[in-house]
Amino acid sequence: MSKQVVLNIQKASLSFGDRGIWKDLELSVAAGEFMAVIGANASGKTVLLKAILGQLKLSSGAIELLGKSVAHGSRQIGYIPQHRQADSGLPLRARDLLRMGLDGHRFGIPFPSSATNKKVSEMLEAVGAEDIANTPIGQLSGGQLQRIRVAQAVIDNPKLILADEPLSALDLKQQSLVAELINSQRQQNGAAVLFVTHDVNPVLDYIDRVLYLANGQFRIGTPDEVLRSDVLSKLYGRNVDVVRNQGRIAVLGSSDHTHHDDEKWT
Amino acid sequence: MERLFDFSDYGQLIPLVQNSLIAGLLLGIMGGLIGVFVMTRDMSFAVHGISELSFAGAAIALLVGLNVALGATIGSIVAAIIIAIMGTRAKDRNSIIAVLMPFGLGIGILALALYEGRAANKFGLLTGQIIAVDNPQVFWLIATSLVVVIALLVIWRPLSFASLDPEVAEARGVPTKALGIIFMLLLALAVAASLQIVGALLVLTLLVTPAAAALRLTASPLLVPILSMVFAALAVVGGILLALGGGLPISPYVTTLSFGIYLVARVIEKVRVRQVKS
Repeated sequence: MSKQVVLNIQKASLSFGDRGIWKDLELSVAAGEFMAVIGANASGKTVLLKAILGQLKLSSGAIELLGKSVAHGSRQIGYIPQHRQADSGLPLRARDLLRMGLDGHRFGIPFPSSATNKKVSEMLEAVGAEDIANTPIGQLSGGQLQRIRVAQAVIDNPKLILADEPLSALDLKQQSLVAELINSQRQQNGAAVLFVTHDVNPVLDYIDRVLYLANGQFRIGTPDEVLRSDVLSKLYGRNVDVVRNQGRIAVLGSSDHTHHDDEKWT
Repeated sequence: MERLFDFSDYGQLIPLVQNSLIAGLLLGIMGGLIGVFVMTRDMSFAVHGISELSFAGAAIALLVGLNVALGATIGSIVAAIIIAIMGTRAKDRNSIIAVLMPFGLGIGILALALYEGRAANKFGLLTGQIIAVDNPQVFWLIATSLVVVIALLVIWRPLSFASLDPEVAEARGVPTKALGIIFMLLLALAVAASLQIVGALLVLTLLVTPAAAALRLTASPLLVPILSMVFAALAVVGGILLALGGGLPISPYVTTLSFGIYLVARVIEKVRVRQVKS
């Protein structure tokens, strides 16, 4: 049985004025698929997410979520943003941030409800965050906040999870914990994942395919098909070395910060 | 001291200001409620900016003999729309407010200078009324407060989402831009109503201080608005009761109570932090 297509991008191009970001992008993501989006700075990774959310208009082509185009966001989408330290003075605890993913769009006052509380508690347990449930979000560490973010993104059973550099600013241990969490949540709820990252290593074990953006062009395939010296050299139009060492990958010579974490090699 | 507090004939005075007390209570509830969003959306400066243009509208109304409350409301709505349209980014917003503020104040002062009626009316717009709020004005205050409170309760959840977690709210399909504009209009109404009791220069004491105090005490999204409303209502109603006998404007009483509550909240927070550490 072939899996349902969640996200379908057809001949999509996007440019700001004269500057083309990407052209004729073709991508189809199925339910349960984990897709990494990698590429140089300013190669249009985050822009792609905004286009999928309907916040940026395509120059041409179409993007469909479950067969329909998205206008301004969608409740079928769970969104995990980049880590940013939250203000300490906000009236928001971890469980409140999580709950907004479930019913934050609804009108009225968030009265305490036992059904909602149960769901929130289950989700807190699933991401191992029961002990920080009542901590104001301004006091959470980066890893703790991102774990709550993952829970917030999946609590309403979205069909598509969009993650925009969710691991940046985390230490290596937290990176692998949060990556593992995103993967296990995807397996449980069967959502497709589009995971934007500058470093593929923390999710290398989980991803099914890679979308590599550079120079306004793209390559799609399994990590073994795309993350190769010959493929990426062709994409960048110059000599690029893909080095594998102890299960980690580094792209050297792309000279525009696409190198994956080589500074962290020890 | 007798000028500050005079409680002789207190029993006879209370019934006379019954309407003012009701208006004050509602104003407190409204101020405390919207104050929570003023804090979470970082809009304190906008409150001040709107109140100066609201003052200009009220002063012009006074000069040409229109309803002052209507003038104040028109002035603040114009300010809110300008800020909402031109100040979507925080940095732009602050500079636009800083540009609008002295202009509004200047226009207002001009209108007051040309006005030849009672001097107390003039002064009141800037620094607050003496208690005698007349009946049509009380009706106006009650209506405005009710509109703001009910509207806020209806959009509470999506507005919280949009204010506290805008990126995710937008991705989830919450109409963050429309909510931002609605919020600015409600804020304009709240400012125009508050101005008539505490005056343009002191509006912050109702729309910011109580919420700031509440945020010192809890991070619960349900407790913060409740405490904030209680604090604001205490300040206004308490201020009216204290000011009753003296014939002075109520604003110094309201602002002092409000400030006092804030100080107590800070002390409680300090003590709590120390207890946690020890």
